[in-house]
Amino acid sequence: MCGIVGLFLKDKSLEPGLGRLTAAMLHEMCGRGPDSAGFAVYGGAADGTSKICAVRRVPSLDWSDVAARLGKATGSKVTYETIEDHAVIRIDGDGAAARAWLIENVPEATVLSEGEAIEIYKGVGDPDAISRRLRLAAFSGTHAIGHTRMATESAVTIAGSHPFSTGRDTCLVHNGSLSNHNRLRETLRRHGERFQTENDTEVAAGYLSWRMKEGDSLKEALEHALDDLDGFYTFVVGTRDGFAVLRDPIACKPAVMAETDAWVAFGSEFRALAALPGIDGARLWEPAPATVYAWSRS
Amino acid sequence: MAAAREGARAAHDARNTDLDLASLSLRQANETLQKAEAGSFVVANPRGAHALAAGLTNPLDVTINGHVGYYCGGMNQKAHITINGNAGTGVAENMMSGRVHVKGDASQSAGATGCGGLLIIDGNASARLGISLRGLDIVVKGSIGHMAAFMAQAGTIVVLGDAGDALGDSIYEARLFVRGKVKSLGTDCIAKDMREEHRTLLRSLLDAAGIGPEIDVAEFTRYGSARKLYNFHIDNLGSY
Repeated sequence: MCGIVGLFLKDKSLEPGLGRLTAAMLHEMCGRGPDSAGFAVYGGAADGTSKICAVRRVPSLDWSDVAARLGKATGSKVTYETIEDHAVIRIDGDGAAARAWLIENVPEATVLSEGEAIEIYKGVGDPDAISRRLRLAAFSGTHAIGHTRMATESAVTIAGSHPFSTGRDTCLVHNGSLSNHNRLRETLRRHGERFQTENDTEVAAGYLSWRMKEGDSLKEALEHALDDLDGFYTFVVGTRDGFAVLRDPIACKPAVMAETDAWVAFGSEFRALAALPGIDGARLWEPAPATVYAWSRS
Repeated sequence: MAAAREGARAAHDARNTDLDLASLSLRQANETLQKAEAGSFVVANPRGAHALAAGLTNPLDVTINGHVGYYCGGMNQKAHITINGNAGTGVAENMMSGRVHVKGDASQSAGATGCGGLLIIDGNASARLGISLRGLDIVVKGSIGHMAAFMAQAGTIVVLGDAGDALGDSIYEARLFVRGKVKSLGTDCIAKDMREEHRTLLRSLLDAAGIGPEIDVAEFTRYGSARKLYNFHIDNLGSY
């Protein structure tokens, strides 16, 4: 199982309601993934800083101490705000170096995302409770991806929850399971990708980050994934300006998409899309297997 | 008894019973349908609900206005169900008799394991249409995805558009008629000659699906089993 929702807005007037629409979509997918949930929201105009989202593993972690140490280590200005057990750390300058420093030096936290626009939040347990606790409905933004997890390949932990992000402003959610992730993880490590879990989906996220660093567009990276990833998957991927969907060649996992002039939406089942504004007039289709669907704001 | 039943049917036929899923639970709507002996029902606001109008056993007329989730019309006996929208996975799966008509597209495994009756899909059907078919007839006016009619034993599939990969893999005695292109045939599935009996059968199914003479049976190719995999043969080991 596992449930996926994704919403990519074309109509700016809907942006203040992105979180509310995404929370309603995620609610419909609770039954497909009652173990844990997470969401990525892309929003906020860039002001030259990088945002790093992290979640603490131990209640005693002091975010002000983490921010002070990170500032000292990088020589950059660091601020932060907290939402429950998560922190959004803002840093002037190189976010990737800061991400790497946090992974290396703060084992009491899991780093969830790094970028200009992306914020990722995750939790364990009932997806509705997670989305309420982390105030998903209050978020505004341009696009969002959510996931409800029924664990198969690795333990039910916050770190094993989706979305996974290993590259700047890139995230991926996955319904399915990969069978060649162990070998591929080693290959990607040799290419410099950094992993925090034993999870198969994190390898897929790392693979896309690596391909895009090598110069692939999101669409090209996903086309390469068809050759290099083995297993079952429906992926929904977000980048700073883009949104994409890919299903494995035998279309093992469900997917339905809808599009209007105002938005593009993905759901594991139609019920996730049923409450979207204008759904009655939307173009509705099942994405074909082994076919990359991609949108970008330009 | 029969007269009383006819009387009940006539009373029901005089009006449509509205079932609005905005106010009724799925279980309430399904119970009403499953207990009805006859009559005409209109279901509003399905919003992708699963197993809607599944397990009906009487000659009802059910119209669903909107998109449905999984297994709509599953196990259907005698009822005529029309879906004014798209259908999720397994529409009319294991159907026994009656008719299910999807006015939009159907997702995976439409009509899977169906034993009898008629399934009409006005749009496209995705992967695994009619797998393990056992007697149901399916007419798709659009195109179909991969692995259709996998291990299909009996029944007929008619496709006005194209078929995806591995059509009829490991097929037994089901009959397949495709008007467009077939991307690839599955193991032990071959193109066959159209004889008069096949033209008659095909025409009768096109008629039943409301498709007029503008669609000529001569435009179709028949596919079926090469009957090489029925019994174990060591030379076929790689194909099992």
